Amino acid sequence: MSTIRFRAVSSGDTTVVQSLIQHPMDSGFVKDKKTGKLIPPHHIEVLEFVHSGKTVFTALWGPAVSKNPYVKFAFKGAKKGDEIKVSWVDNEGQSDSLTAKIG
Amino acid sequence: MRTRALIRLAVVLSVAGMTTATFAASQADYKAAYGKAEAAAKQAVKMKTGWTTTDKELKAAKKAAATGKYDEAVKLADHAKALAEASIAQAKEQAKIWPEAVIR
Amino acid sequence: MLRKVFIALAIIVGTAQPLLAGNMKVDPKADFKAFREYFTKKFPNLQLNDFVNGPYSMDVGLRKQWISIEQFPPYEFAVDKGKEMMSKPFKNGKTLADCFSNKGVGIRQNYPYFDKKTGEVVTLELAVNQCLKKNGEKTLNYKKDDMAAVTAYMAFTSRGKNMDIKIPDDPRALAAYNKGEEYFYTRRGQFNFSCASCHVQLAGKHLRTEVLAPALGILNAMPIYRSNWGGMGTISRRFTSCNTQVRADALKPQDELYRDVEYYLSYMGNGLPIVGPGSRP
Repeated sequence: MSTIRFRAVSSGDTTVVQSLIQHPMDSGFVKDKKTGKLIPPHHIEVLEFVHSGKTVFTALWGPAVSKNPYVKFAFKGAKKGDEIKVSWVDNEGQSDSLTAKIG
Repeated sequence: MRTRALIRLAVVLSVAGMTTATFAASQADYKAAYGKAEAAAKQAVKMKTGWTTTDKELKAAKKAAATGKYDEAVKLADHAKALAEASIAQAKEQAKIWPEAVIR
Repeated sequence: MLRKVFIALAIIVGTAQPLLAGNMKVDPKADFKAFREYFTKKFPNLQLNDFVNGPYSMDVGLRKQWISIEQFPPYEFAVDKGKEMMSKPFKNGKTLADCFSNKGVGIRQNYPYFDKKTGEVVTLELAVNQCLKKNGEKTLNYKKDDMAAVTAYMAFTSRGKNMDIKIPDDPRALAAYNKGEEYFYTRRGQFNFSCASCHVQLAGKHLRTEVLAPALGILNAMPIYRSNWGGMGTISRRFTSCNTQVRADALKPQDELYRDVEYYLSYMGNGLPIVGPGSRP
């Protein structure tokens, strides 16, 4: 099951993109209630949206972003049916990506 | 004059002595107080009317006793008992009057 | 002759409706009507079906945020997980779906129900764990994670249906309903609050930063993704946390009293739509 949910709608020249990513986004500052030890940092470092070979949105994230982050942005130059590739990499080297069409 | 002053001093000292004697709780005092409090708390839990604060006070009493602070431990245990008894009284009263609150 | 009359009377009285203190008959239908009227009168501008949205029906600002978050509902992941779990085979080859009618699809609105065989109120959460136990599988923590995922999926498949709780004309069922009603209105904890203190008297008002949901239809959106929890929570989670919030010792999840109050509250939400799983602040 993908960790990435994606929805994009074009209206005229503008495309609005929304995405919800499933990720614990552990900051590294929170203690495990049972063991008393710090839960190590585990968060997305880079999130990218690519359209037609061009990166239209990049997010450089860190410990301040909460669990299951949600992103919304708009960009120009795309139309319905075009593909967008979403991908992320986290500090542990884990990653995921999704290619989806603009609705 | 001197006699009166001496008498006053004696009274003050004896009162102080008595006071210290009355408030210096022993481990036995603590155990008795804790036993009573724990019994009341168990009764409340059995009636499904326990308060979270009762349990906290009992734990605090145990902690104080563990470091030899028996005066404090007895105070905390007595307070825990009071909380447990209040929670039991609450349940008994509520069992009678809850129908008054029902929307009819 | 007189003895026979007395015995006959005793039998009649003995099988009559359970009586409350003060000889009031247990009358769920009358309670239901009064409950609904209370809330529709208190909030005359609210559409009946909107009550199930809890605080969002009470506060314009919260509602805006909710509509925005529902574009990407935070409970989506749980629903997907729940769907997976329903059809994942046990060690013995059976599945969770096999324990429920219609494979667990579109049946959430019937829970809780009164089981005439065992004389108990069966909630959805209880039914899930009973199924697992019966099939030799490990039972789930009642409050969150997998239990929330399964009940989230089942609720999701019942969207569009109305809560449909039945109280059979069985003195045991009526007694369970009555116990649930008692639980709801009984003050508890050091703060001396009853469920009604917040969800009847203070419905729509603020308690610190929270807007209190009305009790009418309050379970129709369960389970929920609660931002406060940063995750999903079931009815069991909400009941236990509500208890500790008023400084009352929480009971064990699915304690008889919790199932009874769920029975009572769900019945009060009859006729209102299932909108679960929900999201809450």
